[in-house]
Amino acid sequence: MRIVCPYCGERGNEEFTYQGDASPTRPDPAGADATQKFAEYVYLRDNPRGPQRELWYHAAGCHSWLVVTRNTISHEITHVQFARDVANGATPATEVGR
Amino acid sequence: MKYSALSLVYEALRGNADWKPAWRDAQPKAEYDVIIVGGGGHGLATAHYLAKEHGLSNVAVLEKGWIGSGNAGRNTTIIRSNYLLTPNIQFYEWSMKLWEGLESDLNYNVMVSQRGVVNLYHSDAQRDAFARRGNAMRLNGVDAELLDRAQIRAMLPFLDYDNARFPIHGALLQRRGGTARHDAVVWGYARAADRRGVDIIQNCEVTGLVIRNGRIAGVETTRGNIRAAKVGVAVAGNTSRLAAMAGLRMPIEAHVIQAFVTEGVKPAIDCVLTFGAGHFYISQSDKGGLVFGGDLDGYNTYAQRGNLPTVEDIIEGGVALWPGLGRLRVLRHWGGLLDMTMDGTPIIDRTPIDGLYLNGGWCYGGFKATPASGWCFAHTIARGEPHALNAAFRLDRFAAGRVIDEKGQGAQPNLH
Repeated sequence: MRIVCPYCGERGNEEFTYQGDASPTRPDPAGADATQKFAEYVYLRDNPRGPQRELWYHAAGCHSWLVVTRNTISHEITHVQFARDVANGATPATEVGR
Repeated sequence: MKYSALSLVYEALRGNADWKPAWRDAQPKAEYDVIIVGGGGHGLATAHYLAKEHGLSNVAVLEKGWIGSGNAGRNTTIIRSNYLLTPNIQFYEWSMKLWEGLESDLNYNVMVSQRGVVNLYHSDAQRDAFARRGNAMRLNGVDAELLDRAQIRAMLPFLDYDNARFPIHGALLQRRGGTARHDAVVWGYARAADRRGVDIIQNCEVTGLVIRNGRIAGVETTRGNIRAAKVGVAVAGNTSRLAAMAGLRMPIEAHVIQAFVTEGVKPAIDCVLTFGAGHFYISQSDKGGLVFGGDLDGYNTYAQRGNLPTVEDIIEGGVALWPGLGRLRVLRHWGGLLDMTMDGTPIIDRTPIDGLYLNGGWCYGGFKATPASGWCFAHTIARGEPHALNAAFRLDRFAAGRVIDEKGQGAQPNLH
């Protein structure tokens, strides 16, 4: 499995550290149902069979956090973006398709 | 037919022409008392104990492929109960006791070999941690011995004891641990369950769960709908997919772990050995192949194959520990799917759907659990509540803060 880092180019997956599904978002700790929301955020996962958006850290490269769209059946990677761009809601200017 | 030395001689004298299939090729009926989804070791063991311990024989085991074609055929066959935390020790020790009597219980040779499980330690701190684990085991009535360097060197003289980075200081040994023959476990449970009237239905994939007013009513399959008041799911590797059919999200990620077998060689290692400085474990099959494995790949996947960096990492660990391994060729290697839970501990419990029961989250340790998993799951299904042995393996333990995190890694499944 090889990941196209938007900064470094195509690298083997041994250069990256995996952090899991990118879709859970941290709940509002002041919300009324914060206890239940945090339990779901920390422990529950969709665990899809098919495309998943997930976080990878380029530990042996540029130290960027990436959001990688990867198929969990075929390991095919279709999109890679800087996580900061995703967080900032930027258009996927740094997106790399394969 | 009951298998015995007499039946073996009798059939041999008749030219082995009269052996009957070990279980019927059952066709699905319209309704059962209990349906077990998943014809692996755990599902078949559950059916066996439902019939034997609870008198429930109107039971079907539904398998999408052929029985034992999933993780029951993809593991490294190790059995042990050398855990640290009490719920794990007691559960896996019950499994070990069932292993010790399994062949007479099933009337089937599952080739249990109590050849010993050796965990090497490589530093003073690791020795202390292993001594603590061994003491926890002994407090729970499980055998454990702490060996020093001279003792382990007498047992396994061919290892690299003076490795500059990871010298071997000693080992924790569980003599009652060892291996069993994985396919025979599946076949033995299938035959025993079949003999008590359980229907084993292969090539029958569950495509949906029939739920009415919060109660299970049956399953939809590729061979039609089947009604049942109770459904038990034992499909580790795909638990999230089955749970999604009931609208449930699981504290589980699907991962892959790779395993390897070398060409057959003469008897080289007479125990199960684990490296304490990397993640590598090895034993020798009766055919002579060295069976070994290590870490998971570490990313979510439903592909039953891994990637090369993990292969390199595992084999580096093996050669660092046992340099002679470098001379051998790997014959086969494969990947199996893991239900990695958020605390590294399994789940055997009811679900929020009445009559729907869950057995999963076996991480990379499901094989050794097979007997106790089936035994506890059968109890949970038959009585509607967990047995004391699986009372800690609840689905709600995460939200309730009662996680059982053997390695203390937190909610990061690929680190357990």
